[in-house]
Amino acid sequence: MKKLLLATAMGALMAGAAGAEEIKLGMSLGFTGPLESMAPGMKSGAELAMKEVSDSKLLLGGSTVVPVQGDSTCIDAAAATATVERLITAEGVKGIVGGMCSGEAIASLQNVAVPNGIVMISPSATSPALSTIEDNGLFFRTSPSDARQGEVMAEIMMEKGIKNAAITYTNNDYGKGLADAFAASFQEKGGTITVNAAHDDGKADYSAEVAALAAAGGDALVVVGYVDQGGSGVVRAALDTGAFDTFVFPDGMVGQALIDNFGEEINGSFGQNPAAEGEGREKFLEMAKTAGFDGTSAYAAESYDAAALMLLSMAAAKSSDPKVWKDKVMDVANEPGEKIMPGELAKGLEILNGGGDIDYVGASSIEMVGNGETAGVYREVAFDNGEMTVVGYR
Amino acid sequence: MDILNALVAFLNFVFIPAAAYGAQLALGALGVTLIYGILRFSNFAHGDSMAFGTAITILVTWGLQALGVSLGPLPTALLALPVGIAATAVLVLATDRAVYRFYRAQRAAPIIFVMASVGVMFVMNGLTRLLIGVDEQRFDDGARFIINVRDFREWTGLSEGLALRSTQALTLVVTVIVCAALFWFLNRTKSGKAMRAYSDNEDLALLSGIDPEKVVRLTWIIAAALMTIAGVLYGLDKSFRPFNYFQILLPIFAAAIVGGLGNPVGAIAGGFLVAFSEVAVTYPWVKVAGYLFPDWQPGGLLQLLGTEYKFAVSFVILIVVLLFRPTGLFRGKSV
Repeated sequence: MKKLLLATAMGALMAGAAGAEEIKLGMSLGFTGPLESMAPGMKSGAELAMKEVSDSKLLLGGSTVVPVQGDSTCIDAAAATATVERLITAEGVKGIVGGMCSGEAIASLQNVAVPNGIVMISPSATSPALSTIEDNGLFFRTSPSDARQGEVMAEIMMEKGIKNAAITYTNNDYGKGLADAFAASFQEKGGTITVNAAHDDGKADYSAEVAALAAAGGDALVVVGYVDQGGSGVVRAALDTGAFDTFVFPDGMVGQALIDNFGEEINGSFGQNPAAEGEGREKFLEMAKTAGFDGTSAYAAESYDAAALMLLSMAAAKSSDPKVWKDKVMDVANEPGEKIMPGELAKGLEILNGGGDIDYVGASSIEMVGNGETAGVYREVAFDNGEMTVVGYR
Repeated sequence: MDILNALVAFLNFVFIPAAAYGAQLALGALGVTLIYGILRFSNFAHGDSMAFGTAITILVTWGLQALGVSLGPLPTALLALPVGIAATAVLVLATDRAVYRFYRAQRAAPIIFVMASVGVMFVMNGLTRLLIGVDEQRFDDGARFIINVRDFREWTGLSEGLALRSTQALTLVVTVIVCAALFWFLNRTKSGKAMRAYSDNEDLALLSGIDPEKVVRLTWIIAAALMTIAGVLYGLDKSFRPFNYFQILLPIFAAAIVGGLGNPVGAIAGGFLVAFSEVAVTYPWVKVAGYLFPDWQPGGLLQLLGTEYKFAVSFVILIVVLLFRPTGLFRGKSV
């Protein structure tokens, strides 16, 4: 009898260790706030990867993945910290897709995720400050640092023959980081920055800000802001007063909302946002279409990749404990190994379960460099006749 | 030519925006000053009452737009404005009955009224958000521009452009009409004279047979009209977001106090003074100076203060005026 009990207990323990579990993955995204129009696409992207893995029944003995969403608000660091706190302590998530914006991501990472040993993979926080942050190997991002975006933007402008420009940036970590990175590489290439001034989001009127930018002058205005917030306000005021005709839009501004707001008024303007071309992206767009959302929505592909990377790393580490699988993220994302496209997560899981190596390419051509961020491919877009067209990739 | 360019740049970036903003502040300050003069307290709920009136107007505007009604080049909101004014009047009269009348009967000190109005402010704050939400709403339609930058450049051949939005012109025209009507009412009609008498000396007014409750009601209705008009013009010209209406309470009070609380002429002058200082102090004059003095190459932007400090300007004016002329530029009341 004693032996039988012992055996049953052992059996139960073994089953607990190797058996299927319900793995919760958190999503800390700005469902309200200045980037709220982008959040639904990102959520759908991440959920697509989770569903794919759950349906395959190949992760850690058939575990299912449950998404738990939280609102990071994008601008309110305290609210984002509370959200991540809830995801970790109340919901018990094993990893978090997020944060969405740089300032809030830094705050919730340092205050909650690092002390609790939970991995965060951000699809969209791009501040250069996150490259050097003390993260105990718990922070990764599937988007490149803005240091790189600054370079790309400067390159594009130089090729178009724009030698002097004014910058307006949203007054936070993302805005300042990108504006400074851009200013540095633009000046390095021989350009002149006439003024580099901040604007605050949520104001009724940006005529004073635009008046200052107009007084400084420049061939183009670089709007490092948010399309649902002050960024659009500044563009509106600049168009109304005729201060600038040509605008340069980085990732926070490139979106359908920009076309809806301004249509043909911004003809001749251009911009760029991180988005890879190639087989992986095509495939992701198809999958998104089947799932019923727009895969071209900014950072949707990166969100898919963030969730996929987490789940593949769990399979590689044979554990859902973030303290264990955090070391596998770089291995899974980079060579050597079989290349894994979106929609092939089951294949990847099979290889990993068999002890093999994979090189996750995913929807945004993931290639992680030194400090856990992607090297970065940018999509160059141009605005003509009230439409946004993709010019090329860099 | 250069002098003309300097003039156009000044008009485009300083004069026109400041004039429109000043008119909106002046209308807001008129309401504040009227309530202060007659009911003897600073109404903190003013900004949020403006937001409420504007929210109602926006909802009615949307209804009219859905029905296909329009005013051609003028914004449809003008048609909806009377409904907004009526709704705001009902709201402030109900508030007066529920809150302020009690304290009036007690002859409470002004500070108690002020604190009660802070409470009213929070209630109205929530009411507006329940009604229309916290997001930015745009409800301007009709022609956007009277003078368009591109056309202006073509007509004149100047390198500087000039834009005059129809909402800016509308703001100024409506403000002139409203002010004229208000002064006519206060100075020429029996009710207006009764209001001034009540403001000057309450007891004497009572002795002359003026019904105080009627004066109070009239004041609230006029204030509701001023609030809603100011709020709708501000929303048309800029954009409507409930939080911003809470924020413009500060420059509105600055304008009313600088002009002299309780003095309508002062409120108008104060509104324009605050608006012009805010814009002029944060405007970089380098371009205008460049046209006027072509030989002079200034190193910086000739900007006194960064645009982030715009709000601070009204407070500096406020402090200076209170230090040297506590009753305001136009001799208002001081309690």
